Amino acid sequence: MHAEPGGPSSRSRFLASRPSGLLLPAALIAGVAALPIAVLLYSFLSPEREIWGHLAEHVLPDLVGNTLLLLACVIPLTSVIGIGMGWLTAACDYPGRKFFAWALTLPMAVPPYVFAFVYLGLLDFTGPVQTAIRKVFPGSGFVDIRNVFGVSAILSLAFYPYVYLLCRSAFLTQGRTAMEASQTLGLSTTRAFFRVCVPMARPWIAAGLTLVCMETLADFGAVSIFNYDTFTTAIYKAWFGLFSLNAASQLSAVLVAFVLAALVLEQRFRARLRFTGAERTGGAQLRLRLTGVRGWLAFAVSALVFALAFALPCLQLLVWAWEAAGPALSRYVGLGTNTLILGLLTAAVTSAASLLLACARRIAPGSDWLVKIATLGYAMPGTILAVGIFIPAAWFDNAMLDMISAATGISLSPFIQGSLGLLVTAYAVRFLAAGFGSVDSAMQRITPSITDAARTMGCRGTALLRRVYLPMTRTGLLTAAILVLVDVMKELPVTLMMRPFGWDTLAVKIYEFTSEGEWRLAAAPALALIAAGLLPIMLLTRKTEARKQS
Amino acid sequence: MTKKILSLVFSVAALLSALPAFASELVVYSARAEQLIKPLFDAYTAKTGVKIQYVTDKEPVLLERLKAEGERTPADMLITVDAGNLWLAGEAGVIQPVVSETLERNIPAHLRDPQNRWFGLSLRARTIVYNTDKVKPADLGTYADLADPKWKGRLLLRTSKKVYNQSLVAALIAERGEAEAEKIVAGWVANTPVEPFSNDAQAMEAVAAGVGDVTMVNTYYFGKLMEEKPASPLAIFWPDQDGSGVHVNVSGAGITTHAKHKEEAVKLIEWLSSAEAQSLFASLNMEYPANPEVPADERVAAWGGFKASTLSVAKYGENQAAAIKLMDRVGYK
Repeated sequence: MHAEPGGPSSRSRFLASRPSGLLLPAALIAGVAALPIAVLLYSFLSPEREIWGHLAEHVLPDLVGNTLLLLACVIPLTSVIGIGMGWLTAACDYPGRKFFAWALTLPMAVPPYVFAFVYLGLLDFTGPVQTAIRKVFPGSGFVDIRNVFGVSAILSLAFYPYVYLLCRSAFLTQGRTAMEASQTLGLSTTRAFFRVCVPMARPWIAAGLTLVCMETLADFGAVSIFNYDTFTTAIYKAWFGLFSLNAASQLSAVLVAFVLAALVLEQRFRARLRFTGAERTGGAQLRLRLTGVRGWLAFAVSALVFALAFALPCLQLLVWAWEAAGPALSRYVGLGTNTLILGLLTAAVTSAASLLLACARRIAPGSDWLVKIATLGYAMPGTILAVGIFIPAAWFDNAMLDMISAATGISLSPFIQGSLGLLVTAYAVRFLAAGFGSVDSAMQRITPSITDAARTMGCRGTALLRRVYLPMTRTGLLTAAILVLVDVMKELPVTLMMRPFGWDTLAVKIYEFTSEGEWRLAAAPALALIAAGLLPIMLLTRKTEARKQS
Repeated sequence: MTKKILSLVFSVAALLSALPAFASELVVYSARAEQLIKPLFDAYTAKTGVKIQYVTDKEPVLLERLKAEGERTPADMLITVDAGNLWLAGEAGVIQPVVSETLERNIPAHLRDPQNRWFGLSLRARTIVYNTDKVKPADLGTYADLADPKWKGRLLLRTSKKVYNQSLVAALIAERGEAEAEKIVAGWVANTPVEPFSNDAQAMEAVAAGVGDVTMVNTYYFGKLMEEKPASPLAIFWPDQDGSGVHVNVSGAGITTHAKHKEEAVKLIEWLSSAEAQSLFASLNMEYPANPEVPADERVAAWGGFKASTLSVAKYGENQAAAIKLMDRVGYK
């Protein structure tokens, strides 16, 4: 939502110079992204009353309760870690800050199901921790971590980087003026933080938490390892167990509708607020220095988060990889290359699409709902989305080939099904939300006066895009690229279904081992995946920081 | 300038679009993981020169893919890891009947489709594993016995969401009827002290650690665990030897309805059922060969012989939905 310039005369000027060249590609992107939703709605044409009846009576009440409980635990945890760490590393200075600033994004390279099997292996009944406790205190019972607290801790460790990254973007670009102004008015640092800095970062926090919620709802790997049943469990039960893709699609539609409703509500709350502000900020000399005890406290907290979210899992994986003596790490170089290429291609496509959609939304406020629908792919369980894209794509491909063969008699082999282009498109549809949230929030910073000024100087249409929007949303675009890159690298169901021959990724390899219960053999490809993600994350995070210093 | 753009667009389009498969290649859609099929396919290629391209994924997804691709599917063969999904593929019409004397001779009737659309290629038994320090073989009897109150707080279960337990309950329904099967499963649930585990290895390790005394697992998971930790106080018990026998499931294959290389595919599946391939197929994962003429791998044979159930595995798929609903009703998670 953007703040409207005042007055009818400026508004008509505003509308008259609307570049329609932007709206068509945006509509096309939104259309493709909405295809899986259309497939979901189509499934309602064959109602599955018996399955719904059975699920509603015996399965859904528990599952809905579990899901809401999970969200109720994950949201506060990720907020506290993400906002807290984001502010500490963006606005303060303390020992180790430079390291933690980029290191705290590293957990993004670790898929949630890897967190799940590592921590379950460590903390379960038969893991080293509980076994050691039983040796020291014989007769002590068994502690079951496979409950909502265990799962939400795992998911929070996996997903806080979304909030962290977006909040960092917010705090880095917030400028010190608001903070300084509130301090001159008598607020202490802590109170200024809670009453000024955090509320001003609301769009970013909301965007980050939206991603966290969608990821939590769509997650299947981590919750299955913990045997914690969520709404997604019912979706897979209906499809894989009760053999009804229709019922599964209908359940997915309910899930997506819930997410849409939540997004709309969140938008309403934000509607009347303005978040524009100076993008430029000072350099290191304007950071809040934390000295003495406070400084070391900040260090300790950062170190704890880093240890739990990254160092400890990697250590356990290294130990397992060493013990397992599976295929040599060098075998994974080829898989790693595939993973990176797919990730980079999709990051580029999705960032561009996100920018287009964000611009379109700003220019034509009515397209808000279309854009929302386009980002819903993130909340759908991955396998349902994969099928939701594959079925229309295959139908279209076959229809086209049938037409060509009827017209010319030549029968060609399929070129959409089984192609790299379809895979990248499917990824883009899935991860549009991740890219869009970041770019859109960055757009909020661009005041209407800037765009008006540009227009009075004759800059319109795509020139406006190139010379105003693009440079001013650089941070947002880079953040979008990181988010999409690592998400694609960790992705599994879409990859499994649509990868062309010879395009296996590291995530596929991890899955093949874990599907046979070989967690220790899965450690090596998991490490390779994390390693592959490290470099891009480090480079891009450093670049965002560097731009802010200029 | 436009020519440059056009050629760029075409080369990008060519890069991103699909590549056709070659004539001397077979395409396999497999739910069996790569490490379990690649050695077999490599052996076949070495022997016959026919190259095999494969894609791995979960069975229901492969099924939807075959349905969506229709006539233009590149797949010649579908491989699954359980009988329920084979049955479903048959019902969905994506695999076709194959008339082959070799297959009928090599694979027993109860391990293949009555209409010859699919053939089991390896067997896995779902049997009882117990803690040798706490339980004697004389205490155990059948699967139904585990519902007895004497096992209260001692039985550990794997989740009902995994197809192996679904097939087990489907078999119970087929043999004893739904009402009695429900009583048995409800008894199991009453006897379990903790939430079901997400995989068999976890359940067995918990038995070894003393969380419970007995559980039901697939034989190959037992084999793998014992190889990793030979000192574990665990042993196999073959239930129901006086009755219908141990529950078995199959991993099998079928030829797709729109296979482009049907004859080659049939040759491949016949080879997979032959003695040479059967020993390799089964020993890769410590399973039993479906071909009764082929002896089991020595590590597997060391667990002893047993009477296996001869219930047609096609029944697992037929009763799967009923089995899942039953498990939901009794609260078996």
